[in-house]
Amino acid sequence: MAESIQEINLNNDSPTRDNILITSVDQLVNWTRRSSVWPMTFGLACCAIEMMATGASHYDIDRFGSGPFRATPRQADLMIVAGTVSHKMAPRVKRLYDQMPEPKYVMAMGACTVCGGPYIKHGYHVLKGVDRLIPVDVYVPGCPPRPEALLEGLFRIQDKMKRERVLDRERKGLRPKLLVE
Amino acid sequence: MTPEKIHDALNAAHPGAVLAFDPNPKLPSIKVAPSAWKAAAKTLRDACGLDYLVCLTSVDRGAELEAIYTLETMGETRAPIHVRVLVPRENPVIPTVEDVWRTADWHEREAWDLMGIVFEGHHNLVRILCAEDWEGHPLRKDYKSPDTYHGIKNNVT
Ligand code: SF4
Repeated sequence: MAESIQEINLNNDSPTRDNILITSVDQLVNWTRRSSVWPMTFGLACCAIEMMATGASHYDIDRFGSGPFRATPRQADLMIVAGTVSHKMAPRVKRLYDQMPEPKYVMAMGACTVCGGPYIKHGYHVLKGVDRLIPVDVYVPGCPPRPEALLEGLFRIQDKMKRERVLDRERKGLRPKLLVE
Repeated sequence: MTPEKIHDALNAAHPGAVLAFDPNPKLPSIKVAPSAWKAAAKTLRDACGLDYLVCLTSVDRGAELEAIYTLETMGETRAPIHVRVLVPRENPVIPTVEDVWRTADWHEREAWDLMGIVFEGHHNLVRILCAEDWEGHPLRKDYKSPDTYHGIKNNVT
């Protein structure tokens, strides 16, 4: 961002001295968007404990502009699916995803949401990867992933936000796909 | 009451109800006939002082399904006594004891949900853990996971 902002000094005596910045709309919008990623308060199993640790003072996700865990999907940008998604829970997860306003991002946190994790063989009740249900932007493996890994996942989402175009409402090429077999 | 005394009291009150008795001090157990279980449960609670149902679990024994009731007396530190009730797999019906020990209500629903034991007389015997439209009883040894559930594939590749 810093390099792409140009400061204009028209006239040293002008009242607008040091007060005009020029940038592109894309860069400005993307900068604001990635500086305030609001995740949804939403934990399904053990991984959510690590997510809470990430939100607390020691790891402090607020440093990266992603502090306010919202209690409603309608105010959230980011869905961190933190934990085992059971078949019984799947329709609820889908519904919450559908209730989030665009643009929305999904992070699959932990082995369970990536592929079924420890339940892959005998977990009759576990969805084998949340990407069978909703499109996933970033996968964070681990059982559970450490808070640093979750933060890294957040940075990858922010990287993704950096590349977006305001006029490309469909997010062509950046929107993740549902797993189709 | 000691397990021996409980066994004797049960035998005296319901002749023929007790099928087997294991006085193992760490894990005393009594095997009770399913038909006599309801009356025996009331005797255990009222006459033998076993007023706390700690747990109700179930085991798939192949030809038979087994329900195991862990019973204790509140405030006593003796090893709990286990009551085993075995029913044939084709017709796994056990009378409910939810009106004897309130704990049994949800535990019986769980044993029905996962093992498929029917607790006759239960006021609301519906699934408690699996989704309402789930098919089969997952903890039975011959259970096969569904290939798809609500259009979502369950396979692993
Ligand atoms: S990935 Fe591991 S820690 Fe995370 S929800 Fe699954 S079992 Fe729990």
